[in-house]
Amino acid sequence: MLTLISGDRPQSRILGALLLLVLLALAFAPFLFPGSRSLETAARICIFIVLVASYDLLLGYGGIVSFAHTMFFGMGAYGVGIALDRLGTGWGAMGLGALAGMALAGAVALVIALLSLRVRAIFFAMITLAIASAVAVLVSQLSGLTGGEDGMNLRIPRELTPAFRFEVLGLTVTGKILNYYLVFLGCLALFLTMLRLVNSPFGRVLLAIRENAFRAEAIGYRVVAYRAAATTLSAVIAAAAGALFAIWLRYVGPSTVLGMEIMMDILLIVVIGGMGTMYGAVVGTAIFVLAQNYLKTLMGGLAEATSGLPLVPDLLNPDRWLLWLGVLFILSVYFFPTGIVGRLRGAR
Amino acid sequence: MHPLLVTQDLTVRFGGHVAVNAVSCAFSPGQLTAIVGPNGAGKTTYFNLISGQIRATSGRVELLGQDVTRLSVSGRTHAGLGRAFQLTNLFPRLTVLENVRLVVQARARRGFNLWSMAQSHRDLTEAAEAVLDRVRLTALAHQTVSALSHGDQRKLEVAAMIALQPRVYMFDEPTAGMSVEEAPVILDLIAGIKADPQATVLLVEHKMDVIRSLADRIIVLHNGALVADGEPGAVMASAVVQEAYLGKDLADV
Repeated sequence: MLTLISGDRPQSRILGALLLLVLLALAFAPFLFPGSRSLETAARICIFIVLVASYDLLLGYGGIVSFAHTMFFGMGAYGVGIALDRLGTGWGAMGLGALAGMALAGAVALVIALLSLRVRAIFFAMITLAIASAVAVLVSQLSGLTGGEDGMNLRIPRELTPAFRFEVLGLTVTGKILNYYLVFLGCLALFLTMLRLVNSPFGRVLLAIRENAFRAEAIGYRVVAYRAAATTLSAVIAAAAGALFAIWLRYVGPSTVLGMEIMMDILLIVVIGGMGTMYGAVVGTAIFVLAQNYLKTLMGGLAEATSGLPLVPDLLNPDRWLLWLGVLFILSVYFFPTGIVGRLRGAR
Repeated sequence: MHPLLVTQDLTVRFGGHVAVNAVSCAFSPGQLTAIVGPNGAGKTTYFNLISGQIRATSGRVELLGQDVTRLSVSGRTHAGLGRAFQLTNLFPRLTVLENVRLVVQARARRGFNLWSMAQSHRDLTEAAEAVLDRVRLTALAHQTVSALSHGDQRKLEVAAMIALQPRVYMFDEPTAGMSVEEAPVILDLIAGIKADPQATVLLVEHKMDVIRSLADRIIVLHNGALVADGEPGAVMASAVVQEAYLGKDLADV
């Protein structure tokens, strides 16, 4: 068990319990929370945990700020999308598309890293911003290949669609549930892989570079090489998450995988969860995506319950949900500057 | 005996200012060389040129017979150079043990080991613990560096140098800012390093008592140029040193 999580103990009982809760909830989501909306939320949590954790590998461990993370996410998603579109529906095409997307993401990340990280880390942030914007424009212009702004609806193998049904032990299992487990297990494997990476000798070097790059170089670590490797790994994993997302949604389009809003969400979640902890991605994503999906509903209920009072129901109007999400964010940064995980570990 | 480190006409210009001017010098094993000179004489810049933080405008640096003038900082470290800095320079939020373990890991070239767990490399941890034991920091092994006293932080820097096992040790004012009680511990450690016949030690220092007790040789830098080189007694007495330190007028008095 300790080997599975690479000896990275939660170091806090509450955190351990929270992680277990998220794991169990996600593992049994199709049976615990029936209904397509909750399954949609669960799958989104799985994928964003990986996406955010891969960003944490870069920011929290490597100390590298990138604005191109959604671009790599998109490369995986579009890899699957274009492969299914061109090669026809099939497991082979899907896998090939995912691998091609991951390879492209890795190659692009490596080139950007080698070109810009030599100079200064801030230069890297600006380059990624420019390239990500350029790629987003390119994707919307090349509509013949990418479907443009409308994106593409994907025809995935039938076994992963709701139309496919079979019975196991008296339970009806649909292809949608199989698809969910593809996402869940894929994301679990990716997350454990990252946990491995950050606790390896390589991960320790990244921490050292984040702490003091000057010294890391002086004691014999080639900082550029380590930063480039971290960038590449992070991009490949983000692309893998993107591929799973495309398969799950059976759709790929600029707004679902490339938008700046997604980049902002990633940044917010990393900060809320706690940078450089990996587990912060799990807790942060779970809270954030749940808030995103259910805050409106909750507020609607509260507004109705307080309808007799003055002003309060207006403040709690579901249309104001973004305001409250903002307030929650400011409060969490103010009270937990080291994130939820940092706070929980500190209180030990 | 072949020198471990040679600088040949080593020069760096910043615009019109020549910070280090054609310094040629060789450093042999089993020797501790003190580098002295007034503030702004180019001592730290000379160090930066040797360890690679600054690239030379002209001239060359040879380490163990190999030309390292174009090599990166980390490349020179692997070639046998170890440097402690003037201002404390550690990984502040990591533990004392991890600070040393990272050095051992760098030396063992295992940084690109992506799939094993860092703590499963027992040999690295044990080597780091042995070094901490040698400098008597074992009791603080699991403390975060930022929680350490200034003296202990400087001690840890020396520990990291020992863990690196270089052939050329470079110390830049190792006892700066330390209390009278703390300084001797560092000086003892440096004396221990000096006893290694395979290594050479370069020491930038202002305190004359330190120089007198440790140095086998003194070189004097003044306005970026090497102006004196020799036995401590002779160099200290020479007119050029008096002038460099006290100014021409005072030296005449």
